[in-house]
Amino acid sequence: MASPSLMDTLFQRGLDDIIKGVRHQQSSTESIFMSRVIEEIRREIKSTDLQTKSTALQKLTYLNSIHFIDMSWASFHAIECISSPAFSHKKIGYLAISQSFSESTPVILLISNQLRKDLKSGNEFEVSLALDCLSRIGTVDLCRDLASEVFILMSSSKVFIRKKAIGVVLRLFEKYPDAVRVCFKKLVESLEGSDSPIVSAVVGVFCELSAKDPRSYLPLAPEFYRILVDSKNNWVLIKVLKIFVKLAPLEPRLAKRLVEPICDHMRKTGAKSLVFECIRTVVTSFTEYESAMKLAAEKIREFLMEDDPNLKYLGLHAISIMAPKHLWAVLENKDVVIQSLSDEDPNIKLESLRLVMAMASESNLMETCRVLVNYALKSDPDFCNEILGSILSTCCQNVYEVIIDFDWYVSLLGEMSRIPNCKKGEEIENQLIDIGMRVKDVRPELVRIARDLLIDPALLGNPFLHRLLSAAAWVCGEYVEFSRNPVELMEALLQPRTSLLPSSIRTVYVQSAFKILIFCIHSYFLQKEDMTSEVSDLASKRECSESSDLATGKALVQSDQDEGFNPRESNQSYEYPSVVDTGDGQSSTPTFMEKKSLMHESIVNLLNLMELVLSPLSSSLDVEIQERACNVLGFIELVQQEFSNPLIRKEANLDREEVIASRVVEWVHDGFSEELGPVSVTAQDRVPIPDELVLKENLTDLEAICGGVELPAPGSFSLTSPYYGESAVFSVSNLQAEEDSEPSTESTSLLTEHRKRHELYYLPSEKNKIPANDYPPANDPSSSINTNDATEDLVKLADQSLVSKRKPNHAKPRPVVVKLEEGEAAPVVSKKPELKDDLLSGAIHDILLGNEAKAASSQSNPSDKSSSKRKGKAKHVDLLDSNLAVGEQPNHENPSSRRSKHRGDGKQKSKKSKGKKNGDGREDDGEKESQKIRDHHGRHKSRQRADAPINVVPQTPDIPDYLL
Amino acid sequence: MIRFILLQNRQGKTRLAKYYVPLEDSEKHKVEYEVHRLVVNRDSKFTNFVEFRTHKVIYRRYAGLFFSLCVDITDNELAYLECIHLFVEILDHFFSNVCELDLVFNFHKVYLILDEFILAGELQETSKRAIIERMGELEKLELKSQAILSAKLTRRTVESRSQFRLPSPSLSPLVAA
Repeated sequence: MASPSLMDTLFQRGLDDIIKGVRHQQSSTESIFMSRVIEEIRREIKSTDLQTKSTALQKLTYLNSIHFIDMSWASFHAIECISSPAFSHKKIGYLAISQSFSESTPVILLISNQLRKDLKSGNEFEVSLALDCLSRIGTVDLCRDLASEVFILMSSSKVFIRKKAIGVVLRLFEKYPDAVRVCFKKLVESLEGSDSPIVSAVVGVFCELSAKDPRSYLPLAPEFYRILVDSKNNWVLIKVLKIFVKLAPLEPRLAKRLVEPICDHMRKTGAKSLVFECIRTVVTSFTEYESAMKLAAEKIREFLMEDDPNLKYLGLHAISIMAPKHLWAVLENKDVVIQSLSDEDPNIKLESLRLVMAMASESNLMETCRVLVNYALKSDPDFCNEILGSILSTCCQNVYEVIIDFDWYVSLLGEMSRIPNCKKGEEIENQLIDIGMRVKDVRPELVRIARDLLIDPALLGNPFLHRLLSAAAWVCGEYVEFSRNPVELMEALLQPRTSLLPSSIRTVYVQSAFKILIFCIHSYFLQKEDMTSEVSDLASKRECSESSDLATGKALVQSDQDEGFNPRESNQSYEYPSVVDTGDGQSSTPTFMEKKSLMHESIVNLLNLMELVLSPLSSSLDVEIQERACNVLGFIELVQQEFSNPLIRKEANLDREEVIASRVVEWVHDGFSEELGPVSVTAQDRVPIPDELVLKENLTDLEAICGGVELPAPGSFSLTSPYYGESAVFSVSNLQAEEDSEPSTESTSLLTEHRKRHELYYLPSEKNKIPANDYPPANDPSSSINTNDATEDLVKLADQSLVSKRKPNHAKPRPVVVKLEEGEAAPVVSKKPELKDDLLSGAIHDILLGNEAKAASSQSNPSDKSSSKRKGKAKHVDLLDSNLAVGEQPNHENPSSRRSKHRGDGKQKSKKSKGKKNGDGREDDGEKESQKIRDHHGRHKSRQRADAPINVVPQTPDIPDYLL
Repeated sequence: MIRFILLQNRQGKTRLAKYYVPLEDSEKHKVEYEVHRLVVNRDSKFTNFVEFRTHKVIYRRYAGLFFSLCVDITDNELAYLECIHLFVEILDHFFSNVCELDLVFNFHKVYLILDEFILAGELQETSKRAIIERMGELEKLELKSQAILSAKLTRRTVESRSQFRLPSPSLSPLVAA
């Protein structure tokens, strides 16, 4: 047995050999080499010789940390190593443990004893190893078992050990909150030293603790204040400032005291990190102190002037914290901000973009957005989308607060969606629909924009814009009455390239097409009633002449027909300012219906077109599309009978079938013309379920209503209706022309390619019809302005409009924007704090604020439970516990506690003289707290506590006037 | 609080990784890959701060090595930037003109230095001298314990290092003069 071990030791490969070996391997042979090495380690690690074992473990640790070789199987061997008397083995063992152990390591409980032994060791390096290890792997059990050892170390004579023990306390509190009872007092006492590594460590611990639950540490504010004033150590000062940022919002009185020393540091120190921390503290917490803000702004300006990108970035960051409350700081530095927009560093660019948007107001929004959109065209895709995103989010703040001219904004949305890199389809989608529902006045323009988007076949190729197109389709269907040309919309919705859309969006297209169809037929019926009753002869003549026009391919003929026709007779309850009631026969901005009447032929055309496009969809694999297509086809079938023969129809237009058809159309139209408004997210919850509502009842009654309507099977449609060949010529030929020029409708890339090359010839008929399409083509961003120009533009803009406070004269008044009465914000989900934190803050509360009632309830310590029959006793028992724990080193404990007791007394007296104004009970309470901060023992204290009224609220979060 | 500290070279090889929050091995691997990708392509004129998930990474490049610290979003960037530099200075002083290979061959010592420097995610010691002194004492103690055990062969890495110094490309001293 001895000889192989000796051989192993002699010829064992050391760590260096392994490292060199790995470095010499090619990537192909590496895995073979690695498995050989691991095989070797597995053999060596079982050796009884600790030297061999530890070397093997060290090699394994190396491979684990660099090459992610599993080492969980070696956890027991690591424990064997730390139990070695030799320091070098211990060291290797501890390194392995802190690298590889986790809460779930099964053998972790076995190290508890060894850790205790090492924590008590006389060798300070061994103690240090154990502390490092505990801080890294401490579990609930380990922390509970070793809390008292750490407590003893906290009063060690060696600064080095004390410092580390304090560092470990953080882990201790996190895992085992009851450790607070033992260690907290010691921790607070450690704050009292002057500039030393100890204070640095303690402040670090408090900084972490206060981040989780700042309220508990309010009573310590005087201590932190003293450090803030006295300390010369920048690290400590930064940490203390971080603590105060947390405390300041909880106690308004703090700010007054803190501002002066913080400004002092800001003026005097040469360390940029400290200056920045002061700036950050001031701009986040002391915004109402004008002089401090001024000083901070001055310092920020210095940062911005530096060449170092880090300082510049931090300066911009600080301004953006200031921006919401102190816009002047942004305006003062606007030149730097705008120049930074073209900085190389993405962080700086983002920060300055935020600031530019912060400067945007009602008066300069339009210009800012225009310049930014131009700038976005030239930026890289990521930043382009950042710009678009920030424009979108700025504009929609507080229900479009900053926007006055919605027509402009809607067209901006249209413009943005044509930027080639645009990936914000979803946001634009939401805003299009939202604006449509909220702002009635903008609907005509909205429909126009939506139409332009729908009609552009290139947009269908960009998957990021699909959501946007679905919004456009919805808008067109919902507000079709504002359209100048519903037929054109219909064709756009049914164009062949819609097959590129995902099915969920195609369903929106089909549904919108259905709405438009209903609208057209309904208008037609109304119109016919008018005409037959008034001037039927004239109308029929007109129809004849116009139908011939249609045949030549002009779907839309300008007609001067005067007959008043109001498409929204049913919606008369509200007035659109833009649309004058056509009852007078005159209209200033004529929509489609006012301009011309719908022809019988065009309806037939529509029906045929829809039937042609939707028939294949009726066998679509997607249920949603299939269902909608079938519904529409069924409806077409129903209506078509009536339109099938114009001659018969004219003679017997009160035929029974027409009555059915027009009634059905009437119903559906009524359904669609219901106004849709914005709905609060919580609306559903507020609707009480009516008592008489039976949700599970069978819907048999519907049969009586729907009985007359037969839904034909999808297959039964004839594609060659008598009318198909003649009147559908226009649209079908158009479609075919499209199809001819695009042999494979599936291939997006080919199409865009093709479009680029034959821009001129692409879909000429549609292009001509677009009335005012001054947008750049989708894939060809106008590159007339270069980046520099854009920046110059921005600078100019800043010079002009960002400064000008006066509001320009708006051509139109801001339209009404519908808002919900109640807040529209999503319901706030109250986050349940973690149990651990609860326990921890509870325990600290107990120590600092003397909340004994809570102490008894939140304790899981059985020894306390048994003895906490009387509340007054609980504390005493605690004290005993800690005294027991300190038993071994009473000398350290007593003098310090006595000292602090004196201090506490001194404070008490000084406060008693001051505190007469406040209510006595309150002040008593304050004293009580202050006593407990320093020390929760001493008999005269408990006597005082007994004197205090029993029902004094012990949990009062206010701190007494330490600082005033 | 410091979440983790990473030393990586330009190729993305990790030279040192210390985590102060518990992470699975697979997660560590992912983090190291992501941090390297974030950091490696940044221009030297860029800021030294990058957002990383819900935290931020403060990094600094010395020759071919990236020192990255992941800290809370509210932490002081400049302070941690100085902290990295301090760490490098300590390494430089300890290994006297440190190079990447020093860190590779003495990884356990680097961990020890780090433990003196940072504990439980908090900065422990800001004095370079104090840490160097402690490391000296530790070395002595270790040698003593080795001597007691009459260890067979403790080859000094310094000797074997020289033959590696030449071929490797990234051996310029970490701390520029």
